[in-house]
Amino acid sequence: MTYAPSERRLDRIAYRRRQAIRSVLLAALSTAAVGTLLTVAVTGAPGWERVKTSFFDFPTARKYLPQILDGLWLNLRLLVVCATLAMALGLLVAVLRTLRGPVAFPVRAIATGYTYSFRGLPLIIVIYLFAFGIPGLRLQGIPSVLVLGAAAIIITYGAYLAEVFRAGIESVHPSQIAAARSLGLGYRQTMRHVVLPQAVRRVAPPLLNDTVALQKDVGLISLAGPIDAIRAAQIGVAQDANFTPYVVAGVLFMLLALPLIAVTDWVTLRAARRQNAGS
Amino acid sequence: MVLSCKNVRKTFGEHVILDDLSLDVDEHEVVALIGASGSGKSTLLRCVNLLEQVDDGTIHLDGDEITDPRADPDRVRQKIGLVFQSYNLFPHMTVLDNITLAPVRVHKKSPAEAKAQAMQWLERVGLAAKAGAYPDRLSGGQQQRVAIVRALVNQPRLLLLDEVTSALDPELVGEVLTMIRDLKGDGTTMVLATHEMGFARQVADRVAFLDGGRVLEQGPPSQVLGDPVEARTRQFLARIIEAGRL
Repeated sequence: MTYAPSERRLDRIAYRRRQAIRSVLLAALSTAAVGTLLTVAVTGAPGWERVKTSFFDFPTARKYLPQILDGLWLNLRLLVVCATLAMALGLLVAVLRTLRGPVAFPVRAIATGYTYSFRGLPLIIVIYLFAFGIPGLRLQGIPSVLVLGAAAIIITYGAYLAEVFRAGIESVHPSQIAAARSLGLGYRQTMRHVVLPQAVRRVAPPLLNDTVALQKDVGLISLAGPIDAIRAAQIGVAQDANFTPYVVAGVLFMLLALPLIAVTDWVTLRAARRQNAGS
Repeated sequence: MVLSCKNVRKTFGEHVILDDLSLDVDEHEVVALIGASGSGKSTLLRCVNLLEQVDDGTIHLDGDEITDPRADPDRVRQKIGLVFQSYNLFPHMTVLDNITLAPVRVHKKSPAEAKAQAMQWLERVGLAAKAGAYPDRLSGGQQQRVAIVRALVNQPRLLLLDEVTSALDPELVGEVLTMIRDLKGDGTTMVLATHEMGFARQVADRVAFLDGGRVLEQGPPSQVLGDPVEARTRQFLARIIEAGRL
């Protein structure tokens, strides 16, 4: 027997279509209204003309764009290095915190102390301590402020990432560990082949989210002196007494973050979908 | 004798789960543990596999005391297979990887050899087509059969089955029980905790009724299930019959 949609069904479809058109129209209308309102509020403000010349001046933007882009290249390289090393450090510390047994006590204590203190310390202070404090020791072979600043960022973010990894490790059900151990796998093998792969998959969205935050915070390296995008913008601001370079740097940072944010959203969505699909 | 438990005691805080329990299992023997929930069936299996430590008493495997704190638990577990009620397959690995993990990592077989052996088993249980699938694409019965294969490829001296059909839909129980029946045909030594009295009667050489943390009564299935001596056993079986499980 062939199926023919009933009157009832056709009626439903038609009704839903009418409703859909109606909501699209309403959305367009309200967007237009809000947009107009915002434009009027900003451009109609008494100081708008002055703000426009000191923050959105096109010639100034074009003049400093090359320097800021140069600086941004430093930020990008810093991001890759810092993200990689902070993840490695975080993973290591998280695993150390799960170790059992009396021999591992000092290791556990150090790992725990580290995550507690560096999550509480403001990144700016860590950068100052590293970039200005360590050279002050006047030891042989102290690396440049760039390396010291990067180390500060890695160590601070490592503490956050360690907690994310630890949450992932703890979210793996004990029955998985029991299954692995019952097959004769040792503690290390169980961690490596059963617990960590599941843990990392599960915390991929928050890890990426922290990487987005890191992407902005690598800009704090400018406090230590290296000329990154923010420092380059600051130089421009000081030379021309115009804030436009900051806006340029801000927009560039935002553009830099977009792909990472998109990937994060995609991974999060995929993880959520997989969790709903399974059982 | 493959397994010998003597005067085993296990408590969780105030709760005495196993109390002076003794049980022997011979080579090629299939022993079914029956008893109410909380009677200690699962705990006994977990103690034998050293996932739990006994408080008192001893457990011997092939004559070696495995409850000796100097015994290496990893070595002991290599000789014992354990299958769980909830399968516990590794969700991030394919069926094949689940099965070959221990042969490659623990028993140091070459991946090719482990794979060939795994495929042989999968052919035998009719799951060869699922070798590349992830566990969440399998039915409960299929997952449990993979879990049994995963334990068996290590050629354990003893296979422990912990209520392996309890989480399954009724129409999937049969395929798992058929597989266990085949294993008995191979001469696999097994201890199985079960609520399937009909199955225990068919496949077990001996049924042990656990009550209050000890083996209250044991013997051939026809006797323990058909004509129990102890009043507690009769009571338990009467409740099972009432629930329509026998």
